[in-house]
Amino acid sequence: MAKSFSIRHQPGFTTIAAVCFVALYMPIIVLVVYAFNEAPSTSEWGGFSLKWFQSASQNAQVIDATLRSFQIAAIAATLATIAATMAALATTRTPPYPGLTFKYAMINQPLMVPEIVTGVALLIFFSRIKIFTGYSGLGYLIAAHTAFCIPFAYLPIRARLENMDLSLERAAADLYATPWQAFRRVTLPLLWPGILAGLMLAFVISLDDVVITEFVKSGGQDTLPTYMLGQIRRGITPEINAISTAFLLLSVVIVTLFFFVSRKRD
Amino acid sequence: MATAEEIARAADQRDIRNRWYLSAPAMLTIFFAAVGPLAIVLVYSFLTPGSYGDVKWQFSPEAWVSVLFERDIFDDTLSLAGAHMSIFWRSVKLAIVTTIITLAIGFPTAYFMATRSEKTRDLWLFLITIPFWTNLLIRTFAVLQIIRNEGIVNTVLMKLGIVSAPIQILYTDVAILIGMAYVYLPLMVLPVYASMEKLDFRLVEAGYDLYASRWQVLRRIIFPLVKPGVIAGSILVFIPAIGAYVTPSVLGGGKNMMLSNLIELQFGQGRNWPLGSALSITVMLIVMVALLVYVRNAGSQEVRHG
Amino acid sequence: MNWKTTATAVGLALLASSGLAHAEGALNIYNWGNYISPDMIKKFEQKYSVKVTVTDYDSNDTALAKVRQGGTGFDIAIPSQTFIPVWIKEGLIQETNPGKMENFKNVAPEWANPDFDPGRKYTVPWAWGTIGVVVNTDAYKGPANSWGIIFNTPDELKGKVNVVPEMNDVIFAAIKYVGGQQCTDDKAVLKKVRDTLVAAKPNWIAMEYNTIEKMGAGDFKATSDWNGSALRQRLANPAIHYNYPKEGYGLWSDNVVVLKEAKNVENAKLFQNFMMDPENAALNSAFHRYANGIAGSEKFMPADMKDAPEVNIPADVKSLGELQRLCSPEIQEIYSKIWTELQK
Repeated sequence: MAKSFSIRHQPGFTTIAAVCFVALYMPIIVLVVYAFNEAPSTSEWGGFSLKWFQSASQNAQVIDATLRSFQIAAIAATLATIAATMAALATTRTPPYPGLTFKYAMINQPLMVPEIVTGVALLIFFSRIKIFTGYSGLGYLIAAHTAFCIPFAYLPIRARLENMDLSLERAAADLYATPWQAFRRVTLPLLWPGILAGLMLAFVISLDDVVITEFVKSGGQDTLPTYMLGQIRRGITPEINAISTAFLLLSVVIVTLFFFVSRKRD
Repeated sequence: MATAEEIARAADQRDIRNRWYLSAPAMLTIFFAAVGPLAIVLVYSFLTPGSYGDVKWQFSPEAWVSVLFERDIFDDTLSLAGAHMSIFWRSVKLAIVTTIITLAIGFPTAYFMATRSEKTRDLWLFLITIPFWTNLLIRTFAVLQIIRNEGIVNTVLMKLGIVSAPIQILYTDVAILIGMAYVYLPLMVLPVYASMEKLDFRLVEAGYDLYASRWQVLRRIIFPLVKPGVIAGSILVFIPAIGAYVTPSVLGGGKNMMLSNLIELQFGQGRNWPLGSALSITVMLIVMVALLVYVRNAGSQEVRHG
Repeated sequence: MNWKTTATAVGLALLASSGLAHAEGALNIYNWGNYISPDMIKKFEQKYSVKVTVTDYDSNDTALAKVRQGGTGFDIAIPSQTFIPVWIKEGLIQETNPGKMENFKNVAPEWANPDFDPGRKYTVPWAWGTIGVVVNTDAYKGPANSWGIIFNTPDELKGKVNVVPEMNDVIFAAIKYVGGQQCTDDKAVLKKVRDTLVAAKPNWIAMEYNTIEKMGAGDFKATSDWNGSALRQRLANPAIHYNYPKEGYGLWSDNVVVLKEAKNVENAKLFQNFMMDPENAALNSAFHRYANGIAGSEKFMPADMKDAPEVNIPADVKSLGELQRLCSPEIQEIYSKIWTELQK
């Protein structure tokens, strides 16, 4: 056998992964490049210019919409991940019990309803509450987003939990750890990659939502996707590229900083 | 002894009760923001369409009849709703192929990520999600730039002399599939990664000790171990892909309807909310049954070795 | 695990900072996206010290559905003429009597007493335009003033034609093409419409909205389109021409209305009056690129719009234009069946 036989190696996998990452970033590069386009087009190149950054920076509507998107996504994804983690703990590693299938169907239900239907139904439901209570803040959007993010957070976490080793938790219990301690010190660290994956998914899904947001939003609550949806009939300018580039860079910086900080601490 | 049994049963019941408490936040949120509204839609599906959208409070089974049968516009005869069937089938077909493509690319990618050193894994996880922090529409437009006739793909192919004229990719099914695979990839990679990250390589090693080939190891050892992730990923890609319409219409040119377009038409310009409601409930029931069957079958083997 | 704590903290901070600013003088406008001049808003805000918030919608149906349910917090909306009778009938908008406002004298005579709002009791003109055929003359030099470009595509344009997917507009055009009247209940005509559409579709490359870019880049060589969009295409490429189909073409008009549930009624009325000032209307036109229906606004218009054939309908084809109406629910149902048939 070859000297360097690696049990982790699978032929072709690294190549596919490399191609995959390149393919993932290629459109993003195009997006960034066109943010610097002189021409008012996201397809025809007309020379280098910073004018879209300038005009985006003066367009309060698009900046507000972008910030609101991230704000809703951050809150909704966090809430959804917490709820989904609890639900995943409740529905895995157990012999079937009455209501288990019901729970499973219920948690995945938001996945199965076409967005437009949830949108219209929530419009009807929430406007009653809006009129009744007089409250028309972001709470409705956050609630709606949390609900449809739950299955996206739930499934990776559940997959992670599904055949996680129980022995460590039993050992913890044997060592008189309280259930909370056992969870905090043993289960949670083991579950962490699943939680992180679920959180990321929920975040991304919330950022993308158009239809439900369109129906639920009140005055002054455009998100970037609904803002873009409104523009489709009139043409979309590279301003959108500029604002997306700016936020992309910002998120890369934050993620990088975060990565290095957490690494130092380890 | 009876008492021991009773204690065990009581413990079981406590466990089940705790499990209900634990799942309460998720269930309540979904109940108010997803299931409750669905009840409204169910009621609507049995009403008469309002003149300009919305409904009249008058019972009518017409919507449910039109899901399956179409009344010919011109001679009033009933026949099987061919248009609905072909739209439904188009969406399902697209979703199936998308799921297969994302699995074929996503599985090796997740494997790659999961076999990095423990410290860099989170970084890879972020790297794979960052492209998705820009929203769907703009990502789809970016894909369009790459595959259009004057786009990067065609320019490179022509420069290399592989083709003499640009290949028409945009507005074809290939374009839709490229776009769908791109858009839904993280939905596959992340769950697969989550279950692969904990892969116990001692088992793999044992496999090789028994002279298994790499393929055998992959198929008999690795794949079964990460199956929950593959199941989760397939669900997360397949179901949203059935409802996809932004990507198909931007890259496919919007000449053919997807299921979501059909439903949206009823709530929009078609002004037939009951039909829209009935169609969505039909889709939901079909998908839900398929999902339960899938999970039951796929999950039955692995429950035991928890 | 600090990640989660941090995220939660950040989230809560964001939530706290999100309270919608409700200034003393506020005005909430619900409008089509990218359809309102930022300069004009600024002018209005400064003149009346009112904070204007703009929220977008993407279709008349969405706007109607939302306003009908209520609780939206909007003061003003800009629906199209087809929908205005519905808004009035369902009591969604206030009778603000723009016909009696100070600036009403500026409204062009042909828009002063429209069918959709006799006597201008509710609405103020925002923009109006036409729907015609746009052709890139580099690709096709023949006569293009016909819906035949779309429905009986000449060989040069086969596989290069786009159709803007507005169900009502497309079917309106097809009815005109086969020689019928809008909202007709003549089954023979409708059948011809369906057959024409189904037969024409294989020659189309796409059915989408993104015409300005695709015509500019050459992906499309012809398309059905709105006139303002056609103007923008010609300014980018002089070979692109807008044509008024000889079979007849549709006219539309979007109008400013004040919602019944408006909280800032006085500001909304000020805005209605403000929009009938020629200078303001022209400022808005310069942005959205459509005519506005306010007489005297021409002299404030940008140079490239003053004589643009897209904006000023040539005299010889003026009589071919017809204001589109909303058809009865029964006809509408047939429309959507034809549409489904077309796109199945």
